[in-house]
Amino acid sequence: MTDITRGSIELPSASRSLEWLARRSEAFAIPLLALVSGMVLFSVFLILLGKSPLQFFDIMWRGGFGSWFSIQNTMSRASPLLLTALCVALPARLGLVVIGGEGAIVLGGVAAAALGASFNGAPGFLVIFLMGITGMIIGGTWIGAVGALRHYRAVNETISSLLMAYIAIALMNHMVEGPLRDPASLNKPSTHPLAEAYRIGTIPGTDVHWGLIAGIVACIVSWVLIDKTRWGFAARIAGGNVRAAQVQGLAVGPLIVGFTALAGAFSGLAGMIEVAAVQGSANASLAAGYGYTGILVAFLARHNPLAIIPVAVFLGGIYASGGLIQRRMDMPDATVLVLQGMLFIVILFSETFYGRFRMFNPDLWKRAT
Amino acid sequence: MTKNFMFSRRQLLKTSAAGITLGLAPSGLLSRPAFAAAATVGFIYVGPKDDYGYNQAHAEGAAALKGIEGITVVEEENVPETVDVQKTMESMINLDGASLVFPTSFGYFDPHMLAMCAKFPAVQFRHCGGMWSKDKHPVNAGSYFGYIGMGQYLNGVVAGHTSKSKKIGFVAAKPIPQVLLNINSFLLGARAVDPAITCQVIFTGEWSLAVKEAEATNALVDQGADVITCHVDSPKVVVETAAGRGAYICGYHANQSALAPDKYLTGAEWAWGNVYKTFIDALVKGEPLPNFTRGGLAEGFVKMSPLGPAVSEAARTQFDGTLAEMSKGGFSVIKGPLKNNKGDVVVADGTAFAETAIELESMDYLIEGVVGSTS
Repeated sequence: MTDITRGSIELPSASRSLEWLARRSEAFAIPLLALVSGMVLFSVFLILLGKSPLQFFDIMWRGGFGSWFSIQNTMSRASPLLLTALCVALPARLGLVVIGGEGAIVLGGVAAAALGASFNGAPGFLVIFLMGITGMIIGGTWIGAVGALRHYRAVNETISSLLMAYIAIALMNHMVEGPLRDPASLNKPSTHPLAEAYRIGTIPGTDVHWGLIAGIVACIVSWVLIDKTRWGFAARIAGGNVRAAQVQGLAVGPLIVGFTALAGAFSGLAGMIEVAAVQGSANASLAAGYGYTGILVAFLARHNPLAIIPVAVFLGGIYASGGLIQRRMDMPDATVLVLQGMLFIVILFSETFYGRFRMFNPDLWKRAT
Repeated sequence: MTKNFMFSRRQLLKTSAAGITLGLAPSGLLSRPAFAAAATVGFIYVGPKDDYGYNQAHAEGAAALKGIEGITVVEEENVPETVDVQKTMESMINLDGASLVFPTSFGYFDPHMLAMCAKFPAVQFRHCGGMWSKDKHPVNAGSYFGYIGMGQYLNGVVAGHTSKSKKIGFVAAKPIPQVLLNINSFLLGARAVDPAITCQVIFTGEWSLAVKEAEATNALVDQGADVITCHVDSPKVVVETAAGRGAYICGYHANQSALAPDKYLTGAEWAWGNVYKTFIDALVKGEPLPNFTRGGLAEGFVKMSPLGPAVSEAARTQFDGTLAEMSKGGFSVIKGPLKNNKGDVVVADGTAFAETAIELESMDYLIEGVVGSTS
């Protein structure tokens, strides 16, 4: 609907801008309508429970976005999701469904923590940089292996990445409870704590750590890679039709391994940031499910790296307000999961509407003028 | 339905009004102990409030405060040990005006609660787990914890009387000192009845992992264990699986008798309500809150579930006798001579550790008679 009103703005080459608008607005209008329908559906659910949807959305707004505190709360929760969503979105461009980013997070985090804890006295920026690189290499190797298994051994990447995530968590538990354990961590086995100099701080004026910026930069870089470079172009071709890509002489194997490795590297970085900015050491709390929430973010963003940013912030807001909803409306934690589930289903369903509405067809506007 | 709707709208108005007042009030005003008239207390749980276990025990403790004049209780469940819990604490302080916060999961302490202690020096934080030390930690932080090992010893006494196969079983989460003490105490209790009893232990590796807990319980029953207990966050799965297989149950954390009324013998439960009331009494009177507080059965930090119908008269007598002795104080469960299950002496003859002994907090062994390994 919105695009018609927007389309009425008079521009010199009206036909061209209308065409452009029609093409672009479909990508906004359909998810937006899906979002609204999802919320309406959820309101029905609330009314059936005898709760007020108005109160719910009011609290959600106040808890997620309504004040400076809420905005920072939302941003803190969104920041790991930016990186873990990329772990799903990048392979998706090649037609791969990788859902095991959690494994890269925990292993990247453990490796970075072990490296960081072994330093003492070296300059902070250097150690933090090395920790980041280590996390990325470990995470990249882990998910890159999923890509290699897929291409060279025809192992289904969805299953292998998921199973490898379980292995990764078991490995992390073993390392943290065994070889890397700080003997002082009696009842919560952890690695040795990082020195204060090797911790990542907060963005000045906020209490959000630098991981947010890292995530946003990673999203932008990924978008440039996919949309503006020949590798990205090759990846999209291979994602559309592997045979066609091979016939064109594209190196599909290295493309798949490269993209999955980069995806894993982002997740590994998320693990390193979690250790250096939040936990201060590696322990079982690293497996907090960010890898799995990243799947949701990537799918809602239709695997577009730039769209990941608003989607992660939106989900961050839902989580940030979840607590307030529990406290103010006396509803269980699962309420937010129900909302999330309904939105997810409706948005996935809305995918089937692309290309079905005439008003989004650029040709229509060509003929009109 | 309409009634609920009205109520929630009214509450919305009320809370927004409170929000405005809080926003206008100078922040120093919020945190003086003199707010006795009205104080908000926050509780944070790592799992669901109705898990029949660790979190339910705390939620029951929080529920015991709800009738107290001037005290508002706010709660949040399923909060992970990440930045999420920091934000939950901040949110309770900023948006609900909480002046005392109880983050109840062990992993909330460092770095999460400590970070919030530094950020909100005027708010009081008390953590369940007993980590606080005067030299290392801020004054607005503190710990409370209970000695529940003797509860597992009493579980063992009843299990020892009930077991016919002379094999009892333990489903454990992680091989950390607290869990090891519970396993050893359970077997020692059973051995006080019959020294031939052995205890098989299976570690699941996670605090909450229903599938593995069910598998472990089945495996224990398959190997002949006929009384099962556990130390996982939610004993629900273990209790239901064991009862379904015909084994008897000793509970843990909270009272699970409703899940298996015939098979439930007794259980070692937390009595957090008593502990929380002590804190709130101090808060209401404007007295400083204790920074470090601990206790066991005698101090009312821990209690036993009422004995179930399957408990024999002999078991009841020994249970009551042991409990009475423990209540007098000075009872030691871990005392020499004691060997670990590899045959090495771990507690020398003549040494006895009271439940408060610091040595018990770094326990890293399973005693002779426990079938299983810590690694």
